[in-house]
Amino acid sequence: MTTTTSAPAAPAKIASGRSGELLTALGVLALLLAAPFLFYPVFVMKVLCFALFAAAFNLLIGFVGLLSFGHAAFFGTGAYIAAHAAKVWHLDPLVAVVLGGLGGGVLGLAVGFLAIKRKGIYFSMITLALSQMVFFIAVQAPFTGGEDGIQGIPRGHLFGFIDLNEPLPMYGFVLAIFVFGMFALWRIVHSPFGQILKAIRDNEARAISLGYDVARYKLIAFVISAAVAAAAGGAKSLVFQLASLTDITWQMSGEVILITLLGGIGTILGPVVGAVIVITLENYLATLDVPVTVLIGGIFVACVLLFRRGIVGEIEHWLARR
Amino acid sequence: MTTIFGVPAAALYGQILIGLINGSFYALLSLGLAVIFGLLNVINFAHGALYMLGAFTAWLGLQYFGLNYWAALVVVPIVVGLFGIVIERLALRRISGLDPLYGLLLTFGLTLVIEGLFRYWYGSSGQPYAPPPQLTGGVNLGFMFLPIYRGWVVIASVIVCFATWYVIERTRLGAYLRAATENPALVKAFGINVPLLITLTYAGGVALAGFAGVLAAPIYQVSPLMGSNLIIVVFAVVVVGGMGSILGAIVTGYLLGVLEGLTKVFYPPASAIVIFVVMAVVLLVRPAGLFGRGD
Amino acid sequence: MAARPLLEVRDLEAWYGESHVLHGVTLSVGEGETVTLIGRNGAGKTTTLRAIVGILRKRKGVIRLGDRDLMALAAHRVARAGLGYVPEERGIFASLNVEENLLLPPHVADGGMSVEDIYRLFPNLLERRKSPGTKLSGGEQQMLAIARILRTGARVLLLDEPTEGLAPVIVQRIGEVIRTLKSLGYTILLVEQNFRFAAKLADRFYVMEDGKVIDGFRADELSAKSEVLHAYLGV
Repeated sequence: MTTTTSAPAAPAKIASGRSGELLTALGVLALLLAAPFLFYPVFVMKVLCFALFAAAFNLLIGFVGLLSFGHAAFFGTGAYIAAHAAKVWHLDPLVAVVLGGLGGGVLGLAVGFLAIKRKGIYFSMITLALSQMVFFIAVQAPFTGGEDGIQGIPRGHLFGFIDLNEPLPMYGFVLAIFVFGMFALWRIVHSPFGQILKAIRDNEARAISLGYDVARYKLIAFVISAAVAAAAGGAKSLVFQLASLTDITWQMSGEVILITLLGGIGTILGPVVGAVIVITLENYLATLDVPVTVLIGGIFVACVLLFRRGIVGEIEHWLARR
Repeated sequence: MTTIFGVPAAALYGQILIGLINGSFYALLSLGLAVIFGLLNVINFAHGALYMLGAFTAWLGLQYFGLNYWAALVVVPIVVGLFGIVIERLALRRISGLDPLYGLLLTFGLTLVIEGLFRYWYGSSGQPYAPPPQLTGGVNLGFMFLPIYRGWVVIASVIVCFATWYVIERTRLGAYLRAATENPALVKAFGINVPLLITLTYAGGVALAGFAGVLAAPIYQVSPLMGSNLIIVVFAVVVVGGMGSILGAIVTGYLLGVLEGLTKVFYPPASAIVIFVVMAVVLLVRPAGLFGRGD
Repeated sequence: MAARPLLEVRDLEAWYGESHVLHGVTLSVGEGETVTLIGRNGAGKTTTLRAIVGILRKRKGVIRLGDRDLMALAAHRVARAGLGYVPEERGIFASLNVEENLLLPPHVADGGMSVEDIYRLFPNLLERRKSPGTKLSGGEQQMLAIARILRTGARVLLLDEPTEGLAPVIVQRIGEVIRTLKSLGYTILLVEQNFRFAAKLADRFYVMEDGKVIDGFRADELSAKSEVLHAYLGV
């Protein structure tokens, strides 16, 4: 019975994959705990917000195979709602971020409901068009502050006594949101629900024939993704004390795609790596006389033509082949 | 003064005209998108940037080479088409056969590069481009005043749309294109040079965008971002019409343009979003689009 | 059999993606000959034709037509060497009307039939020339698929299951057409499941199994071979 010897190897391999992920996660966490002492905290917080935003986007493209070209609508909506909650309603910062996430989830329900009626490229165009509609509404709606946006948002006191105007507590707050969001997404991807999502991604017709209500699964994934993206936007608005139209433009939707594509679509760590690179690049380029969008566009083209797996994806592929 | 539904008739006609003009651009652009998508399976995000490139080429031609408007109408689509050939040969060809999403991402990246460069070179503000002397002024039609250039835009776009439709539906070349859209491998096996056909189709599609850019130059300011906002609306037009039908793309373009114009008369704040709302309604009622044949 | 075959295939291997589907096909067709490939479903008959015309690109071995090396040609140049291909399921284009379908394949050599000749041979097509191609009946579509390559001047015809799914009357009519083509000197490589149909037409037969040619015989050997054939085809 030679076959039995190979059977136990499979679970062992999965376990080592899991523990590998855990080790990586602990390593990243250690880095992030040290980061505010090594880098400018606001910069690291920005990276965290965009990494979470990209991870939320990645849930759709990487694990359901849906390319949303309108995720800025959720990011921006989360930013506006959190900003309004903190500034006008004087709510606790955590409550503001949660409200932002909920608001994004509700918007995600509406957008997702329409967008999942079509597949593939049409899905992308629909999400882009609907996010542009949200953008136009944001331009005209009184509570967004139009071109000025919502400025001077108070970071406030977490639970009433932790002063978030201090850099380190604020960093801890953003890090906690990031870790919670990433952990939630990781759990979803590895849950039975996540397995069904991947089955839909790999072969939708088969998933339907197996009796899954594919539309419902897609919609749930869409709402979760939108809510997490919106929470990231809410956190970002507290970090910069600003929510503006920039957060909700199609360029922002493009940026989150680039972060994910560059880092590695369908990988857990890819969005984080992508965010570090893109945000760093943007920060440095802002000081130079080089048009940022040209470089961003160039990276886009290079990614699509040369390494579609992204950085983390290429490394994983390389490790798997060894 | 005559009023219709409480709106001055002249204002109503004026907005319908503006709607027809916007519709002309929607039609020209969505037509090009549909033709390219049919054969290449690529949603050409760069379509808006190439429309901008068309307008800029006309403007630059006038500034530096004294290229007049009429010459620009011929030369610019050729220039943009040649640029399209370069894009297709160097980039799009290398991702053919992959998921169409990569085509969208690639052309999105190209859009950022093209727009970024023009913004770097010319700033974000618009450049004026005067209409040709033959088309300045206007005529009083009795019920409204018609600026001649605007009338010309509508007529020119209708002619070009019809000509494109004719080439695709009624000529030998169009038959090759339709057949290759259905089954490229078999068409190749018959001895037709499909790779060349693909290059020419992309070039032709973007030449339409370049032509639209020249038409637009005297109406809108020539600016680096004039294309990207437009292309997103055109995506919505394409979703409404469905990309299965050439005639459908054209008709949907004009209809939605007029609808947008009418909205500007009756409820101005909604005019920026009315096309997106129509798209949402169409998705609810008839997800494949008005003229679509499903995914 | 002619001394020098017109169409020659030697040690042809081919792949669909990663899966190896042809494992060394060797066959030849002499000028003016009608040769039939028979074999069970999935034996690799259609794949062989697709590899010859270059639709299937992942292949190795030798494919020659006269002096031309077809392996070296780009897909759209193979037909221009003088091949006419009637694909499985006919390949009629829905977005083209009958006449457009007829005029689609370009001329590859002089001496093709004129459109008038074709309409004389297939009067139904003339009546329905403005209808969309796929609105024709299955039999008419098959006639159209054959007719359109007769226009091109190709002298070597590859026919993939021309009788599939057609009523006996139509099958008979297609048999007549092929016999006419034969008498006009066309060289024909025919893939057929319907052995009784092929038996009446072909000069020679090749039997395919599991991506290989495993046997070959002439028409006059048919009766002697019938036992073996039953085993091959499971009929």
